[in-house]
Amino acid sequence: MGLARLVLREILYRKLNFALGVFSVCVAVACLVGELAVLQKHDARTEQLIAAKEKDTREKMAKLEDDYRKITKGLGFNVLILPQKQNLSDLFAQDYATQYMPEAYVERLATSRVATIQHLLPSLQHKLKWPEYERTIILIGVRGEVPILHADPKKPILEAVPAGTMVVGSEIHRSLKLKAGDRVKLLGREFTVGKLHPERGTKDDITVWISLAEAQELLGRKGQINGILALECVCATDSLDKVRAEIGRILPDTQVLEFQSQTLARAEARQRAAAEAHDAIEREKQNRARLREVRESFAAILVPVVVAGSALWIALLAFSNVRERRVEIGLLRALGVRSRRIMAIFLGRAALMGLAGACLGSAAGLLIGAAWHEGTSPAPVGPVWLNAELWLAVIAGAPLVAALAGWLPSFLAAQQDPAVVLSQE
Amino acid sequence: MNARLQVQDLSKSYPGPKGIVRAVDGVSLAVSAGEFVAVEGPSGCGKTTLLLAAGGLLEPTTGQVLVDGQDPYVLSAERRAQFRAANLGFVFQQFHLVPYLSVLDNVLAPALALPAADAKERARELITHFGLQDRADHVPAELSTGERQRIALARALLNRPKLLLADEPTGNLDPDNARVVLGYLAEFAHHGGAVLLVTHDAAALSLAHRTLKLRGGRFVD
Repeated sequence: MGLARLVLREILYRKLNFALGVFSVCVAVACLVGELAVLQKHDARTEQLIAAKEKDTREKMAKLEDDYRKITKGLGFNVLILPQKQNLSDLFAQDYATQYMPEAYVERLATSRVATIQHLLPSLQHKLKWPEYERTIILIGVRGEVPILHADPKKPILEAVPAGTMVVGSEIHRSLKLKAGDRVKLLGREFTVGKLHPERGTKDDITVWISLAEAQELLGRKGQINGILALECVCATDSLDKVRAEIGRILPDTQVLEFQSQTLARAEARQRAAAEAHDAIEREKQNRARLREVRESFAAILVPVVVAGSALWIALLAFSNVRERRVEIGLLRALGVRSRRIMAIFLGRAALMGLAGACLGSAAGLLIGAAWHEGTSPAPVGPVWLNAELWLAVIAGAPLVAALAGWLPSFLAAQQDPAVVLSQE
Repeated sequence: MNARLQVQDLSKSYPGPKGIVRAVDGVSLAVSAGEFVAVEGPSGCGKTTLLLAAGGLLEPTTGQVLVDGQDPYVLSAERRAQFRAANLGFVFQQFHLVPYLSVLDNVLAPALALPAADAKERARELITHFGLQDRADHVPAELSTGERQRIALARALLNRPKLLLADEPTGNLDPDNARVVLGYLAEFAHHGGAVLLVTHDAAALSLAHRTLKLRGGRFVD
């Protein structure tokens, strides 16, 4: 008969004591494994949630992108093409460009294959005193929209001003009491008042529009312009860089200035929406991380408490077992069994308790993990498994902890004086 | 001299509530091979103390114990345990069988201390010798008291001890079973073993070669 047989026989004989020990180890291991499984499931759930959120965001952003594409199809960036040398401070201070460029530039642009430009409006502007009426006006010479050769014909967004006529801003026609059809003189030349602009509350109210050719003649700028309005430049990107690059390639000695663009604001809104979606995902990640921290903190308290409680319980059971087997120990000592073999009997028993508890507990923990789900979780996350190293650590660790817990009772058992025990019996 | 046990001027004192108690006081005896010696005395006269001291379980306060010429108390506790396993057999009034082990495993218990290749065979021989071959797989609770004591005796003999120490082995037995057990002790002595029996039962002395009377920790005439 070996020690193992003796230990197994005793376990079968005192089933309750052993079962109580196994149960306590089982609870401790189930807590540990269950907690690990729950954390594993939490991580899987987090990945699932984030992936779903990212997918949702991608879909929404794609829809938004599509919406903006549709919106921007008919809109675009409005840019003003100016001579390279134009000082922008002067432009803003004087309300017109003081530098000039050839009118032929607009043709060059119109005949080039610029995909981003839809409408081209060359102009010659100058602020001057209307000598006949002693009024400051912005004289604008326009020739209407220059057709872009490669593009489909579109309805012009600005009609040309017929020669010999003028279009007058509201402040001017109101103060001078001009009416359509009136004959007026400008810089010595006679014009018929054509359209009258309604009040806009901008500098447009002091503008006088005539044909570009007449303006060039009146201002002594034959064949020259000082600005090209390029309207509704369609650009798939969120910036003007592409438009600028494209125009800069064709008209290198010009500069491009953006103005009055609704698309920019919308692009910014789209960017903000994207940022908000990104922030929402980040917030979700942070919330999940915080929840994980809470769970980890709970586990960090629960598991050691349960393990310590289990170890204490095993120690108490071992003390009880030693006390119950006092005579048996005394007899074995009297028969010559060495104290370390006596210790091995009790430590082996505790280790078996730990091993059985670890096996049952890890299975119970996995079941807990499998059964656990978050309250708001609609989709199952799938099974949870312990990796081999962790499982081995649990299977090896539990018997070790149980043996450590049973060490003192085992030591005391081994130290029992057989003479005292046997003489008392 | 062929003494298996020599006890020389052995004393054992304990601290008691009213001062030092001398359980055994200057006792000397010798048990030779083939000799069956009985120590008779009332309860509390020091019989068990003498037996435990002789068995290497209770170190005497003074005096010396020699088992087969070897003083067990000069050995370390672990070596003394081995010494007991190799040289001594114990039989107790309460049998002290391990309740969850079968008869066979109980008889084999000394093999935990001194493993031997033929231990199982020897155990079966002893069980058969004591007429319990049909009970080998039973646990002690399924045996009669007489059968239990025979198992205890078989266990004591597993390692072929030189000296058998019996503490009131018939104390819990009816006269018939007591006679059987005493007969086995006598038989052991007859085959060259040495037996030291302590008892308060005068009837148990009938088969002893020699009887010593112990009173108040001392031998008296």
